[in-house]
Amino acid sequence: MLRIELTTARAGLSLALEVGEGECVALAGPSGAGKTTVLQAVAGLFEPEQGFVAAGPDVWLDTASGVCVPPERRRCGYVFQDYALFGHLSAWRNVAYGIYGGERRKRAYAYLERFGLTARAEAKPAELSGGERQRVALARALARGPEVLLLDEPLSALDPRTRASATRELLAVLHETRIPSLLVTHDFAEAAQFGDRVGVLDEGVVVQLGPPAELSARPASAFVADFTGAVVLTGVASPGSDGLTLVALDGGGTIVSADAASGPVGASLYPWDIVLGVPGLAGRDATRGGAADHASPDARSGAPPSSAQNHLAAEVVSITEIGGRARVGLLAGQPLVAEVTVASVHDLGLAPGARVVATWKAAATRLTPR
Amino acid sequence: MNWFTALLWVTLALVLAFLVFPVVAIFVDVGPAELIASLDDPSAVDALWLSLRTSLAAVAIIVVFGTPAAWLLATRSFRGREVVTTLVELPLVLPPAVAGIGLLAAVGPSGLLAPLGISFTLSTAAVVVALTFVAAPFYLRQAQAAFAAVDRSWLDASRTLGAGEARTLARVAIPAALPGLSAGLALAWGRALGEFGATLMFAGSFQGVTQTVPLAIYERFATDFTGALGLSAVLVCVSGALLLAVKFAFRAAY
Repeated sequence: MLRIELTTARAGLSLALEVGEGECVALAGPSGAGKTTVLQAVAGLFEPEQGFVAAGPDVWLDTASGVCVPPERRRCGYVFQDYALFGHLSAWRNVAYGIYGGERRKRAYAYLERFGLTARAEAKPAELSGGERQRVALARALARGPEVLLLDEPLSALDPRTRASATRELLAVLHETRIPSLLVTHDFAEAAQFGDRVGVLDEGVVVQLGPPAELSARPASAFVADFTGAVVLTGVASPGSDGLTLVALDGGGTIVSADAASGPVGASLYPWDIVLGVPGLAGRDATRGGAADHASPDARSGAPPSSAQNHLAAEVVSITEIGGRARVGLLAGQPLVAEVTVASVHDLGLAPGARVVATWKAAATRLTPR
Repeated sequence: MNWFTALLWVTLALVLAFLVFPVVAIFVDVGPAELIASLDDPSAVDALWLSLRTSLAAVAIIVVFGTPAAWLLATRSFRGREVVTTLVELPLVLPPAVAGIGLLAAVGPSGLLAPLGISFTLSTAAVVVALTFVAAPFYLRQAQAAFAAVDRSWLDASRTLGAGEARTLARVAIPAALPGLSAGLALAWGRALGEFGATLMFAGSFQGVTQTVPLAIYERFATDFTGALGLSAVLVCVSGALLLAVKFAFRAAY
């Protein structure tokens, strides 16, 4: 098990973390959040003012008792962001660099074979493709026989085509290893993919740590919600009827949520939970049921009867197609993003300037205090 | 080609002509026969041999002591580092006569260190001291810059792979900085081969003991201009060959 406790002025870092054997914890956060500093402190490349780092029974850092083991005597497999392969050494010599004792060449080749790189053993890093470089870096880190695996943005240097196969490769490695792995990334989706648990790092502090699904479903703050890809609307909450909470949005309009809250809140929802409708379009102009009385009055005429209780009149400001999906940028007092199919965009005749009604369920609206 | 590019080419042509013309003139003035004949002179052979030995010794001393020192200056930040860097570069701007006087005052027969038994003068060792003094900054400057330019993450990677700092220096930093180091070595060697003023003042000009090629050229210049030309031509060839050899032997390995 890897135990980390750090407090340092660098990036205002202050965190405590435990990573179990065979577990991968992914720290995600924007740049400048102190992600790389955490890895450097574990590897011994940076000494924090206060801290404790232990891999199993080996204490690597304990500022309280003046212990600070130099990096070469901590068994860390560190995959650097740009891989940091030695340019003057061939692939197999890079892998063999961390192997000591006899039969270095044979042992290095065994690791290269595991990553399907035997044919590239004699190539210099400059002659390798991005994906090959990433695999050499992984092989080199594992060949060291590490007690802890550290991965700094392992996919960020790859082009989108290589990324899929590299992801599969890395998942397999993380599955196989019995050691604790700590991965840092600026991309929540990447963190969710690799991490058994994901910690969201903001200004040096882990604001929420848990299984990725839990973070998406129950973000602890507007920052986490925003970071997990949700849209955050701000407003002031007050109790409504039926145990629901009314939120008067800052830009005008009122929405409801199933979460209990009062005072200033962030209301977060995912773009794919939003349904778009065009007022006045055939079949969509029915009167609405009583339950919708909580909804925004300015959208009253546009919504068909449904279980969705939130309706906001909005103006389309942008449409970006990604594959078969389209991200529709909306302005409803506050900016809002909906994700719908490209077919729907054509059916509804959506274009910038069009007036629409954004509809979503009260149950899909998470409230976090502000 | 626009007028500005044309202007750039014109300036390059002027610079090149000015720098190369005197060197070419040496070879135009002496025929090949005279060049060979000037080498028959035992004093010429002595001077050439002495220059090679002393400059090689100086360069070896500079590399052995200068490389770790440059590594320290490039990788550590400490109070007064800028001052130290400037002090190291000081001999670059010293007039050779001042360097000679300084060496006499420090390690001459009645210099500061003479009571401790450390003094060199009028000996081959004194030549090596003078060459080392004037040539070292050329290597140190280049080496420091070359080490500072090595990708920090390579050094970090080496450490996490179990190599201590000494091993990291030997196996990663020096190979990575090799083009810069060899450029510094070539400059230092060239400076040592051409050293004149400090050597003359500190070590004197005795054939076979302290008379290096530049000193031999100066001695002939008064009496035997053709001989001086011949020896100059030889020095140009040797220096040029060394510069090229060093540059090509240590080109980037990647």
